[in-house]
Amino acid sequence: MYNLIGAGLIVIGGGIGLGQIGGKAMEGIARQPEAAGKIQTAMIIIGALLEGLAFGALILGK
Amino acid sequence: METLLNDFSPGLFVMQIVILIILLFLMKKFAWKPILNSLEERETGIEEALAAAENARKEMQNLQADNERLIKEARAEREEIMKEARSISDVLIATAKEDAKEVTSGLIEKAQLVINQEKQAALAEIKKSVAELSIGIAETVIKKELSNKKEQLALVEELLNDVTLN
Amino acid sequence: MKVAQKTIKFLTIAVIAIITSTTFASEAGEKGQPQSDGGQVNTQAEVKAYIKHHLKDSHDFTLFSYSTDAGERKHFGFPLPVILWSSEGLVAFMSSEFHHNDDGHVLVEKKGLKFAKIHSKIYEIEKGAVAVSFDKSEHATNAQKPLDLSITKSVVGILFAGFLMLFGFSRLARQYKSREVPRGFGRVLEPLVIYVRDEIARPNIGEKKYKKFMGFLLTVFFFIWILNLLGLTPLGFNVTGQIAVTVCLALFTMVIYMTNGSKDFWAHTLWMPGVPYILRPVLAVIELAGFVLIKPFSLLVRLFANITAGHFVVMSLIALMVTMKEAFGPVASTGMSLVLALFIMVIEILVAFLQAFIFTMLSSLFIGMAVEEHEHH
Repeated sequence: MYNLIGAGLIVIGGGIGLGQIGGKAMEGIARQPEAAGKIQTAMIIIGALLEGLAFGALILGK
Repeated sequence: METLLNDFSPGLFVMQIVILIILLFLMKKFAWKPILNSLEERETGIEEALAAAENARKEMQNLQADNERLIKEARAEREEIMKEARSISDVLIATAKEDAKEVTSGLIEKAQLVINQEKQAALAEIKKSVAELSIGIAETVIKKELSNKKEQLALVEELLNDVTLN
Repeated sequence: MKVAQKTIKFLTIAVIAIITSTTFASEAGEKGQPQSDGGQVNTQAEVKAYIKHHLKDSHDFTLFSYSTDAGERKHFGFPLPVILWSSEGLVAFMSSEFHHNDDGHVLVEKKGLKFAKIHSKIYEIEKGAVAVSFDKSEHATNAQKPLDLSITKSVVGILFAGFLMLFGFSRLARQYKSREVPRGFGRVLEPLVIYVRDEIARPNIGEKKYKKFMGFLLTVFFFIWILNLLGLTPLGFNVTGQIAVTVCLALFTMVIYMTNGSKDFWAHTLWMPGVPYILRPVLAVIELAGFVLIKPFSLLVRLFANITAGHFVVMSLIALMVTMKEAFGPVASTGMSLVLALFIMVIEILVAFLQAFIFTMLSSLFIGMAVEEHEHH
């Protein structure tokens, strides 16, 4: 039960983080479309780091 | 975490390490090294070819510039030659004209001289004949010993008429 | 050469055919026995057990199984060799001796030792015991796990991916001997190699030092990618979803960047300049923990969790057609699960590439951090 609550919290946190990353990246791309490739790569890397954090927490709590 | 540790299979881990080491070794030897080397070779080849093409282009440009320069020089030379020829011909014409003028003026002068001489001669002859005539007239006039004036005048007239007829 | 290739092809097909044909008929489980290894699934609990079973490694290669009218379970596939390092030394037998039993009821006797398979794990039963005894939470009390060096399904997958890579890329390598630009499938592989080199290794490691790590990065990239994609095929591999495999991959990355660390890297890790002396040991511990534990851990967990979650979601969506049959009727539930599973499957194909890319990308990022030489100001 507590596991599930913890998992929910992790997903909320991760979702907020991913939203921030994605949103800011979109803004950046909209502002400078010619840098889209670089922004995307950076976005994926940071997303991956966040994902690692979230998955790590999920698995530690499992 | 506990289930995760429970899921961890040490045997699979050992197998994976062994296989991955062998795979890394084999792939490096038989695939990545030749592939990356030939890729690099090709890239350097392409770069060299590009550089060579650039060089050739530059050379071509140089050649073209050379050609243009040569053409320009030739044109300038031709111009100069033409100019020289023109000036020579001008000079020739001028000298010819002068010569001609000199010649003609000499001729004219000579002619004038001759004319003058002839004129003098003619004048002298005329003077001589006029003197002879007047002497003759005077002789006849005197010879006749004129009786009247009227006859004298008629005689002069007659004589003068004769002169003009002559 | 061509003749040789054809013979090899023929031989492999013949061997597979013989193995399968001899095993098909003999693989019959008992009636009424609870099946968690591909039996009929009707309820949610059974679906869960089935998915759980799939996510684990398996000792035999079952493509599919079905029940006859008489209630017999038939399994279509072939057994794989079991190799154990037990208390009596090396023991080897075929997995068909377990008769697809997965809860420790079938014992195999070798070298005077009894072995049982419980939830895809092989246990060695203590001497003197006749059967496996379980405690309340279904853990075996009188058995312990020997080192299981079996050629399991995952090992088959790893070997398969390895052969695929060796075959494809050595052919590409041989092509370069005769021509500048490769032909056929090499045309697909070459841009991928260039992609890994120019987009992943070069910008992250640096122009000077990237060459040394290209072999590792390329191998890992294609290894993960091929295995991720194999996991999406109906063959049912789940290799990159095995924690042991991802631990191994992350460990390799860790060893590589730790052994190639530059002087600057160690100086900055262990004795951070420009920080008060009291803080330096604390920082050293944190940095070291980051490089030795946290970074490899995030690498291995990310890959493992993504692939496991992907398999879990796809299988759950496919199972919708069973679990939702009563609520929506067979047609609607099948259609719904088909559409949803297809949608997730497409995403999973993207994820398969993305995870390979991210693993390689982060590996090269960490390697780049370690080998980087700072310009002192």
